[in-house]
Amino acid sequence: MKAENSTRIQFDSLSVNEAYARGAVAAFLARYDPTVPQLADIKTAVSEAVTNCIVHAYPDRVGQIVMTIAVYPDRRIRITVADRGIGIPDVAQAMEPLFTTGDPEERSGLGFAVMQSFMDQVKVTSHPARGTRVVMTKQLAAKTSDT
Amino acid sequence: MANVRFSMAGDTLYAYLTGEIDHDAAQSLRLEIDDALVCHLPHTLVLDFSGVGFMDSSGVGLILGRQRRVKALGGRIQVQHAPRQLRRVLDLAQIPCGDPNQAAVSSEGGNQT
Repeated sequence: MKAENSTRIQFDSLSVNEAYARGAVAAFLARYDPTVPQLADIKTAVSEAVTNCIVHAYPDRVGQIVMTIAVYPDRRIRITVADRGIGIPDVAQAMEPLFTTGDPEERSGLGFAVMQSFMDQVKVTSHPARGTRVVMTKQLAAKTSDT
Repeated sequence: MANVRFSMAGDTLYAYLTGEIDHDAAQSLRLEIDDALVCHLPHTLVLDFSGVGFMDSSGVGLILGRQRRVKALGGRIQVQHAPRQLRRVLDLAQIPCGDPNQAAVSSEGGNQT
């Protein structure tokens, strides 16, 4: 199915851009009237994906993060967050709840668990030294005026 | 952007958090709360999330990190008044949260009044 609308933004892997990324998602999806809980879920998942890029993909430098958002006619949305960072050697292990390579004192290791819990589907592909791509989809509820 | 305001009552330190808690905001909140802990050495640290509009798993890391510090100082931590979006994140981390209309539940599992 072809997307009826899409956008692509690129930004530096700076922690100040976490708020920018979820604000951009909220602004783009506003015209599709997501429910408040659905929009909160999507913003949270995006925040997790972008934080992973900032903390893990580019641990020692500022790199680029590319986020694309696509909306399909059946109100399914697809968000891709991609980096060209160090990659994840073992994706299955990285997606286990509580697993973290970050500071265990301050990181919860719940990033992927939140994405999986708050979105319908999460797919992660990663290549060491080439980067990681997280693709998340979620079906928006029908508009209140449509029902 | 997030902020924290403190008040001390007896041996309880209340930290009232406001704004959006992500990895960026958590870094400065952590420093401010840890400073207040060292300054006041409370028996109980209450983290109040009623003014927080957004929180991702960085907030969980913030809570768990403070819990370790408070426990090391011989105290305990209590999380209260988290709005619905935050509760979903807290539930995933199995962090108990006091209901705004009920007695708060502490991390030790007992009811506090």
